[in-house]
Amino acid sequence: MSQTTTTTSKRGERGTLGNSAVRPDGLAKVQGRFAFSSDAWADNMLWGATLRSPHPHARIISIDVSAALAINGVATVITAADVPGQLTYGLIANDQPVFAKDVVRFAGEPIAAVAADHPETARRALDAIVVVYEVLPALLDAEQAIDGSFAPIHPDGNVIRRQKVVRGDQNFVGEVVVEGTYEVGMQDQAFLGLEAALALPDDDGAGVELYVATQWLHEDQKQIAACLGLPLERVRLTLGGVGGAFGGREDISLQVHCCLLALATRRPIKMQYGREESFFGHIHRHPASMVMRHHADRDGTLRRVEVRAVFDGGAYASTSSAVLINAVTHMQGPYRCDIATVDGYAVRSNNPPCGAMRGFGVVQACFGHESQMDKLAAACGLSPVDIRLRNAMRTGDRLITGQIVDSVAPVERCIRETAAIPMPPPLAQDADSLDIPGGSGLTAQRSNIRRGVGWGVSIKNLMYSEGFDDYATARCHLADGVATLQFATAEVGQGFVVLAQQIARSVLGVDTVLLEPISTAIGSAGSTSASRQTWMSGGAVDGACRLVRERLFEHVAAAHQLDPLRLAIDGTDIIDTRGSLRIAVAESAPGLVLDETFEHHHRATEELDENGQGNCHVAFAFVAHRAVVDVDPDLGLVKVVQIATAQDVGRVLNPLAALGQVEGGIAQGLGLAVMEEIVLKDGVMRNPSFTDYLLPTSLDAPIVVATMIEEPEPQAPLGAKGIGEPPCISVTPAIVAAIRDATGKALTRVPVRAQDIVFGD
Amino acid sequence: MSNEFYSLIVNGKEHEVRDAWAGESLMYVLRERLGLPGTKGACEQGECGSCTVLMDGEAVCSCLVMAATAVDAQIVTVEGLSSDPTHATPTDVQQAFIDAGGVQCGFCTPGLVVAVHHLLDRNPQPTELQIKEAISGNICRCTGYGRIFAAIELARDQRNAPPEQPAH
Ligand code: FES
Ligand code: FES
Repeated sequence: MSQTTTTTSKRGERGTLGNSAVRPDGLAKVQGRFAFSSDAWADNMLWGATLRSPHPHARIISIDVSAALAINGVATVITAADVPGQLTYGLIANDQPVFAKDVVRFAGEPIAAVAADHPETARRALDAIVVVYEVLPALLDAEQAIDGSFAPIHPDGNVIRRQKVVRGDQNFVGEVVVEGTYEVGMQDQAFLGLEAALALPDDDGAGVELYVATQWLHEDQKQIAACLGLPLERVRLTLGGVGGAFGGREDISLQVHCCLLALATRRPIKMQYGREESFFGHIHRHPASMVMRHHADRDGTLRRVEVRAVFDGGAYASTSSAVLINAVTHMQGPYRCDIATVDGYAVRSNNPPCGAMRGFGVVQACFGHESQMDKLAAACGLSPVDIRLRNAMRTGDRLITGQIVDSVAPVERCIRETAAIPMPPPLAQDADSLDIPGGSGLTAQRSNIRRGVGWGVSIKNLMYSEGFDDYATARCHLADGVATLQFATAEVGQGFVVLAQQIARSVLGVDTVLLEPISTAIGSAGSTSASRQTWMSGGAVDGACRLVRERLFEHVAAAHQLDPLRLAIDGTDIIDTRGSLRIAVAESAPGLVLDETFEHHHRATEELDENGQGNCHVAFAFVAHRAVVDVDPDLGLVKVVQIATAQDVGRVLNPLAALGQVEGGIAQGLGLAVMEEIVLKDGVMRNPSFTDYLLPTSLDAPIVVATMIEEPEPQAPLGAKGIGEPPCISVTPAIVAAIRDATGKALTRVPVRAQDIVFGD
Repeated sequence: MSNEFYSLIVNGKEHEVRDAWAGESLMYVLRERLGLPGTKGACEQGECGSCTVLMDGEAVCSCLVMAATAVDAQIVTVEGLSSDPTHATPTDVQQAFIDAGGVQCGFCTPGLVVAVHHLLDRNPQPTELQIKEAISGNICRCTGYGRIFAAIELARDQRNAPPEQPAH
């Protein structure tokens, strides 16, 4: 079962690197034929469902499943007592129970799962399970986790990680000092395709096959196998079609439950969350608070950053410790700065667990440092652009961790090229109400509308950090001019499937590139996160294709008595660069079958020491955003009119796909700026639905004008940097700065709510 | 459950629905009983538009329609938009989504494609603002809508382009 492919793009190009090649899954997706994991189906399958805690912190006194089991159509009910292997899992620490056993630590924590013949039967079975709780006081205030005033809510303690970054003269006081306290709300990934999986038990009941929407098949496999008490090879995963991810599928959600039910019933189990359950079932972006003090010379030269940052990780560790180090090591922003005093905490609480979301800790840091840069600009009498240009980081500068930025670092160019993008025209007198703040609902008073402009610039690390070798594997098979690629890289929508084909066409001179199913049948590709797959899996596909090309050249060279080093690919031909030989790749080696596998590793990184010093990151990408907004200050209504951006991408490999990443990331950053927040009351989510958790719609989408800065990155296998995360990072502070510019309000938290604009200071 | 059955007319074909629970939504029946999983569900509350189908020519959220009440309607899903009897050739709108880069994860795509057909069939020359308004009930989390607008404009312009003159 391989996917076939359109070999050329509409534009008559061959679909090689640099072209807007057409996605191989595009046709199936527009026709409704693409199989998302929620579309998976098997004969004789049962539906799984999960019972969750209503309390943020409670002792479980008893669980009675007898009434549920008695319901006609219910096949089984399982609890913690039915987990044969490890009782807990986790990406970094194994601290999250498969099912809560003695205690629940967040509202929404799984307690039991049922399998039944119809989703409705399963729902009734959940209602029939009787759990007796003793409600406990909940740890909801991150400061209480730090000051020790709350007894540990987990054996691993209430502080998940503390990391300082200390560098330079700790007594330094700048000529100009600005301070601020900033808060970031809890954002949801809100991928559209809900969590879903289909588990098929092996006939002997000692293994399972899982079709699942995830970001990293091999990591899931490892965690699932441990909980099932099965050897790795008896847990086989295939990627089910993924409807977006954005970090929210990095952790285990229903995987273990689904496999357990399949093994318990010896029948295929389909599990899928509804939207409300999805809010409970995956981690979110960390809410954070940051107290910052920036020191500068009178001319605006940044000298020292002081930060105390607290990230609420919720009940379980997930990736909190990695999110924290991303935040604390990016606190200076894309600016030179010699002195730092950063103290960061990721804490445990009885709030919902938080972990990865696009931007991974840097989103929070960036909202803080960019707000501070604007304050510095005002204090030094500089414009927002000038203060950023004065301090713009360059290749060779040092981070506050002591690491030298040896990536291409065109920060100044990002700013200048963003500034060069024309401003939008002023709001027309007769603008349609849909084009002004508030839209067709509560519409702004036209005479009240004020326009504002704001800036944000960011730095983002690429790949995993702190000594982790997140390598990627790919295999290339070539026979008679047809290439077949295999990798376990999770395609979540970003378009790696088309990039892989483009690489093979460019390297091998073939047109037809088939793709094997994405599964654990090959080695790991690492996670589709950290803007890393173009670099890592792209590097692996490139490496595998190059190995195949070398073999092919050896073969052709031998047949024509040539030195293989003289051969090259030209279009779809092999040519002798110093002679006249020209032969189509497809006809160059009849019957020859080549098959090579390649692992791409990035260079090694180090852990941070206790002062946060060390070469912990692999590489960096940069971006600038300028936001133009219209605001009605009396009603607190905001319309984001235009986002101008110039992004450091290394090299554009697929212009259309790159633009899609930029525009999509900007919309998510806009969401965090002005509308998206999971609201908690006493640890319980108030708005777990699309009715109450607002997402940007087509009417909220600003005009995006994007410039891609192409300065190929020498370290990157294809010269291209990851482009997924940067678009959503500095756009948020840029929008908030624009609202400040229009209103004069301080606006120290995101999302900015109407009341912050109307009643805020 | 009951032994009753009802019929739905979907993509021009009559389908019997047997032993269904009366509370099942049209979305559920299309997906789980009629083997038409092209219609997606991302909220089941009428907020995301990924379940959009045409009912007697009107775009509706199939998650909000009880299947048993749709018995007399002509229902068209994303699988049935193509005029080609095998539904293999993409429609102009579907092709425009591919060409303009309007598809990333593709979960919103079927609902959007149906909504755009509905728009262009009623209003062949929608303005930029009319386009934005027409799809404001269809959430896309991946694209930020830019390439989706481009796809719709492409489909609109291609429909309105004068037929190509043979070269002399
Ligand atoms: S599933 Fe019907 S509108 Fe979202
Ligand atoms: S393409 Fe993923 S939701 Fe629209």
